[in-house]
This record gives sequence, C-alpha cells and structure tokens, in this order.
Amino acid sequence: MSHPAISATGLRKSYGDNVVLDGIDLDVAPGTVFSLLGPNGAGKTTTVNILSTLITPDAGSAAVAGHDLATDPDGIRTTIGLTGQFSAVDNLLTGEENLFLMADLHHLPRREGRRRAARLLDRFDLADAVKKMPATYSGGMRRKLDLAMTLMGDPKVIFLDEPTTGLDPRSRHTMWDIIRGLVANGVTIFLTTQNLEEADELADRIAVLDGGRIVAQGTADELKRRVPGGHLRLGFADIGALHRAAGALPESTSDDEALTLRVPTDGTVPSLRAVLARLDTEAVEVDSLAVHTPDLDDVFLSLTGHRTEPIKELAK
Amino acid sequence: MTTLSYAVRDSTTMLRRNLRHMQRYPSLTLMLLGQPIVFLLLFVYVFGGTLGDGLGGAGGRTEYVGYVTPAILLITVASAALGTAISVAMDMTEGIIARFRTMAISRASVLTGHVIGTVIQTVVALVVVVGVALLVGFSPTAGFVEWVAVAGLLLLLTVALTWLSVALGLVAKSVETASNTPMLFILLPFLSSGFVPTESMPGWLAWFAEHQPFTPITETIRGLLLGTPIGSSGPLAIGWCVLITVIGYAWSKSLFAKERTR
Repeated sequence: MSHPAISATGLRKSYGDNVVLDGIDLDVAPGTVFSLLGPNGAGKTTTVNILSTLITPDAGSAAVAGHDLATDPDGIRTTIGLTGQFSAVDNLLTGEENLFLMADLHHLPRREGRRRAARLLDRFDLADAVKKMPATYSGGMRRKLDLAMTLMGDPKVIFLDEPTTGLDPRSRHTMWDIIRGLVANGVTIFLTTQNLEEADELADRIAVLDGGRIVAQGTADELKRRVPGGHLRLGFADIGALHRAAGALPESTSDDEALTLRVPTDGTVPSLRAVLARLDTEAVEVDSLAVHTPDLDDVFLSLTGHRTEPIKELAK
Repeated sequence: MTTLSYAVRDSTTMLRRNLRHMQRYPSLTLMLLGQPIVFLLLFVYVFGGTLGDGLGGAGGRTEYVGYVTPAILLITVASAALGTAISVAMDMTEGIIARFRTMAISRASVLTGHVIGTVIQTVVALVVVVGVALLVGFSPTAGFVEWVAVAGLLLLLTVALTWLSVALGLVAKSVETASNTPMLFILLPFLSSGFVPTESMPGWLAWFAEHQPFTPITETIRGLLLGTPIGSSGPLAIGWCVLITVIGYAWSKSLFAKERTR
C-alpha cells in the first residue's frame, strides 16, 4: 500500500483577523524533497507547525505517513522529526546528553541509544560538541546538533523549517549535503526556505507560498520557465535621462530615487542589443548596466505581482 | 508498555534533565536555599531578642528560635517553588519544548519532571535549614511520629506550591514576570502567625492573617514540633494544601495544553 508522505486539503489558520493560511493543498510523494518557498510571513512556519501537530488548523484536513492529523496525532509524532527555525537543543546539556535525552524519550534501549548517538556525532562531524554546552557552539554546529537530535528517532518524514537561515555559506553547503544524504536513505523531506537557490538545489517539487496561499507549484525548472528571464538594471546620471529612457522603454519600471530603470529581458544578447539601440536612438546616456538572472524576487514579482519584502510579521 | 508506564518513564527522563539543569546552573539553587537561611539568622540574631520578649513565657532569643523556625521552613518551601516558576518560564522560551510537543511522549511529563525535581530540591533544602536551626538553638519536643507528620505536611505544601508555581511560570509572559509573581509566596508567611502572633497585628491584618493558608500550616507544624495546641489547624492545613494542588495542577495542565505560537 502506498500513500503520500504528506497530504493536506484546504488547511486554514487565522489569528484574530490575521489570516495566515488561506486554504492550502499539498501532496508530497514518499522519498522526495518538497520545498515550500516564500517570504517571511507567508505562512511557511504555520504550515510546518500544523503538519507536525504543534498547532491545529481552523479548517481542512491532513495526513502524514498515513496518519490522520485530527484523529491520530500521536501516530504522526512517532514518524516525524522537526528541526525548526528556532534552535531546539537543550542549552544546559552537552551535545551528547542532548542526544541521549532524545534516545530516552524515544524509549530506545540504552545500548541502541548510545550507538545511534555515536554514529550521528561522527556522521555530522560533531566531535567538538560531545562534551560541550551549546552556548560554545557555532551556528552551524548548533544546527547540526539540532538535526542530529531530530534523527535520533529515525523519522520517516522530516520537517526542516528554514534549516540554513542565518548560516554562513560553508555551513549552508554542509547542511545541503546532509539533507541530500537523508533523501538517499529514503526519508521524505518537507523543507521551507526563503531562498530559491536552496529550493533549486534540493527540492524535487517546489510550492510557492504567498500570503497564506500556494500561488504556484512544480519542479524548479517549471517554475523558472514561468518567470520572465530576469531583467536589466540601467543606471542614469540624472532624472531627465531616466525619464527619457523610461519613455523609450515603455515596458520598464523606473526608480526615481535610485535613478535606475528595470527592463524585463530574457537575458539574450539580441534583446540586450535591442534595448541599447532604442536608447541610442533617443540619445540617452547610460551610466551603468547590470544583468539580473531570475531569483526569488523575480519569481515572486511575476507570480504574485509584488516583491518579497516581508509582509507584516504575524503576531507572535 | 502501557500508557502509564510510558508516562512514568518519560517523567523520569524529564526529571533527570531537570536535575542535570540544577547541577549545571547551581546559582539559582544556592540563592533559593540561601534565602531562608539568611532569614533564619536575621530573625534569630537581629530581631530575635526583642521579638522573643514580646511572646511572653521565658522570652528572649531562645524562645523566638522555636517560634520562628516553622515559618522559616515554610519560607524554604516557598523559595524553592519560586525557582520552579523561573525554570518553567525559562524552559518555555526554549525551542526544545516545541520539539517535545512533536514527539510521541507523555505530555504531562515535561511538567511532572519539573515538579519532582523541585520536590527533591526542597527536601534537601529543608534538611539543611532544619540542621542550621538546630545549630542556632532550635530544640523541638517532637518525637518520631510528629517528625513524620511534619515531613508529610511539608511535602504536601511543597507539591501544592510547586504546581501553582508551574502554572505561574507558564502564564508569565517573560522570565522576569515569572520570578516576580511567586514572591507573594514568600511574603505571605510574614502576614501569618509565622513571625509574630496574629493578636499583635491591627484588626484587619489579623483577620487576613488568620484566614490565609499559611497560618494553619504554621500552627500545625509548630504544634507538632513544639507541642503547642493545634486545634482545628491540622485539617485546615491539609485542606488548603489539597485545594492549592488541585488548582495548580488543573491550571498548569490547561495552560500547557494551549497552543503556543512563540
């Protein structure tokens, strides 16, 4: 019998007048990485909190690993692991003790608990953390211990809520390698991120979440195809030049303060040439030029019509 | 394994975690233990001579040591309970609680671990405080049975105040609030018959003192230790402890079950 690792229909959640999730449908196949991509306040953490049984939705239904959220939350808890955005390590226990604590709470026999802890400490290169308190760790180490704690219970479905936010590039790459290793072992991963590159690197499928709704869903390539191929950013010496250029390029959007013009383009040389030729005809002097390939901002602009500035943080 | 045996096992795990915390962060424990000892020395050596004379009888410092020791024991319990509110509130600010909530563990075990940890801590503190009291001249008349009764009542009070403190720690918006609210527990013994007889207070205060839980508890412990009359204080003391436990436990449980969205 095969059922989706995660399925959800019509999940809704609001806090007072603030609608955080406005009807979310999800379907995640076992053994894949599913990424929920969105800016701060889009509802990513709320979705994770609902699916990991931390909060109950106002409406809608969901199942994780075949266990129904409403009727069998404990069944879900036995199969999942969560590494949240906020560090979930015990700050007054050493790295090793944190892992033993998890072993005890998973009711593992003592020997098996020690064996798993030793293996994870080794696999995540956490030898330095064994006898030390988390206060002395680097951000990357803390996140690795956090994930190691999650893995002590041998979960089938792992929720990673912005696992690399705040990490330096090197630690981020280490974390990506670890995540790839988990998938290779058949685990299903539900990953939230604000970073398109991260979703692109790791996810089999990506859902773009904005203002509590899923606005697009597909593979990384499918999504990028829906995004116009980036834009040119032209800088001008004065407002007069900017306005003349904007007149010559009606498809552009101008920023009067920065004296820049944003021109959609597919990034090819002919299109670039065409833009410059039109400016030449109008005899507008271009001060600077930069080509932007699509990023999360562009995906957002095209899918939602607004930029990724954090929408008002939801009430904590 | 049955649900109950899992609950016991998880609570034991949480208790070990809390004992380890106390060991790692001993300053809180020492402060809570130091407080009643400082009060004891202060009340015996500074105020004791004068206050003892006001008691009638033989008077003086020796008389007052006996009079005040039961109150100091209550302060010891209250002081340790204060520590629970702080450590529960501290715990709730940590992400690890969210982790516990996503695990298939007994929900109450997080709180039970705190409560049992505090009870153990309080028992140790009480033994130390009684030891210090004996050193500074406390000479109880209690026999074995009376001591057991004293221990039983103090244990009841500890469980009661600790559950109430757990609730106060959960309801507090910050660790600071959590450390302030239960200060009331330390103030209340002063407004009872613990330090001076209620008859010496102004009428309205005497009325309050006679009707608040710490007075019957003080009177019962004093009676057991020194042979003074207990009267109706015994059942009242037990009644108060049971009532506070029930309220504290129910309140804590419902607060912990509530969703937290950080």
